[in-house]
Amino acid sequence: MQRHLISAADLTRDDAVLILDTAEEMARVADRPIKKLPTLRGRTVVNLFFEDSTRTRISFEAAEKRLSADVINFTAKGSSVSKGESLKDTAQTLEAMGVDAVVIRHGASGAPYRLATSGWIDAAVINAGDGTHQHPTQALLDAFTMRRRLIGRDAGLGEDLSGKRITLVGDVLHSRVARSNVDLLHTLGAHVTLVAPPTLVPVGVESWPCEVSYDLDAVLPKSDAVMMLRVQRERMNAAFFPTEREYSRRYGLDGDRMARMPEHAIVMHPGPMVRGMEITAEVADSPRCTVVEQVANGVSIRMAVLYLLLGGNEPAVSHARANASEEK
Amino acid sequence: MDIRSSDARPVLEGPDIARVLTRIAHEIVERAKGADDVVLLGIPTRGVFLARRLAAKLEEITERAIPVGSLDITMYRDDLRMHPPRALARTEIPGDGIDGRLVVLVDDVLFSGRTIRAALDALNDIGRPRAVQLAVLVDRGHRELPIRADYVGKNLPTSLRETVKVQLAEEDGRDTVLLGAKPDQ
Repeated sequence: MQRHLISAADLTRDDAVLILDTAEEMARVADRPIKKLPTLRGRTVVNLFFEDSTRTRISFEAAEKRLSADVINFTAKGSSVSKGESLKDTAQTLEAMGVDAVVIRHGASGAPYRLATSGWIDAAVINAGDGTHQHPTQALLDAFTMRRRLIGRDAGLGEDLSGKRITLVGDVLHSRVARSNVDLLHTLGAHVTLVAPPTLVPVGVESWPCEVSYDLDAVLPKSDAVMMLRVQRERMNAAFFPTEREYSRRYGLDGDRMARMPEHAIVMHPGPMVRGMEITAEVADSPRCTVVEQVANGVSIRMAVLYLLLGGNEPAVSHARANASEEK
Repeated sequence: MDIRSSDARPVLEGPDIARVLTRIAHEIVERAKGADDVVLLGIPTRGVFLARRLAAKLEEITERAIPVGSLDITMYRDDLRMHPPRALARTEIPGDGIDGRLVVLVDDVLFSGRTIRAALDALNDIGRPRAVQLAVLVDRGHRELPIRADYVGKNLPTSLRETVKVQLAEEDGRDTVLLGAKPDQ
């Protein structure tokens, strides 16, 4: 694993499985009366959010606090960024304060990469979503949820998702969640199918390690997990489909469609859900829908990533796993 | 830590280990006056196997089921920042918890005492035992903290240039304690 977590595509299979296994242990901490570990005591983590996000920011904050890190929250609104300060200046300010890690959410694709590679700052950089590019911890928590539900909590330890058939449905074009998931699920051995209106399929999708279909009903019976994506109206600058009703009729998930999925298959959604359009209330509230679980799993995954990147004197690299010294 | 197999010499063999564990089990029953509220927590990896073996012996003696679990102390170590992060092992606390119980921590080798310090911290976050005791297969000395074991399988005076390696059938295929020279750094 590298010093930074910028893209799900950077993770090897072993690194991804290590993160999932570590998250499984972190999840046990959440069951305890005292949900706190001293692991990152004395480390400072900044949540640098240039774009609105409640769910991801709170999730990172909970993870950081459970590991006893000192947390600084920074939102662009009301900060010097709105006075015209550049990313470089912000980074150098943070560097001067001696932060150990920066969790960055930015509207521009590539901003975390720039921060990590420009030499402005020495801290570990964790991408919490950049533009339409990547959201690696989301992909990890989705994979974690799938492994728990489709293989099992304990049975899944050390396992990847080989042979599982995962379907991502909806606004692939604007979705960093879709990109991250395709990369990670492919690494973990799953077979991914994207289902979207042709207008919402990105150019160059042929080079992605997945299949593309325009027919949801044909794909559903062969899916172990169906992930509905949010239609990102705020990123849409043109009409990508005629009406919401038509989108919902062809690509929305309702009770009838859910009934065509195999018995064991689960329904996922990265949230926030647009009920009635992407997913009906009946599906969203069914026990097969893992939206709430995904939120809880997000904290465990982020704890695992923070521990593996910051817990030691260097990030957890593959060779260091078995031969750490056994000092008593 | 690896050991140069050529000059490693066994100090305890399979039957010795079994005998030692039987003695520790009897000592626990005697000190706890029947082991009514005893919970055994092994420290991964080999402490967990020892804890399970001890529990089996305690069950033979007391004819009662003895709760046994594991306590991973990785996240509580004071040397975390000196090494790359390690993969976490399993913490499994028996269903009834440890509140008000006599917790016996079980580990293979007692050395600097830092692992046990971390284990005491970890216990703090999990509950409030009535008392905590420590059982180890081998005490090799060189304590860096004021920590002492309640039950010791074998006191093994060592030099810091030596290394002690415990092998257990569950993990290594055979039961033995090896004393050898530390590999050249």
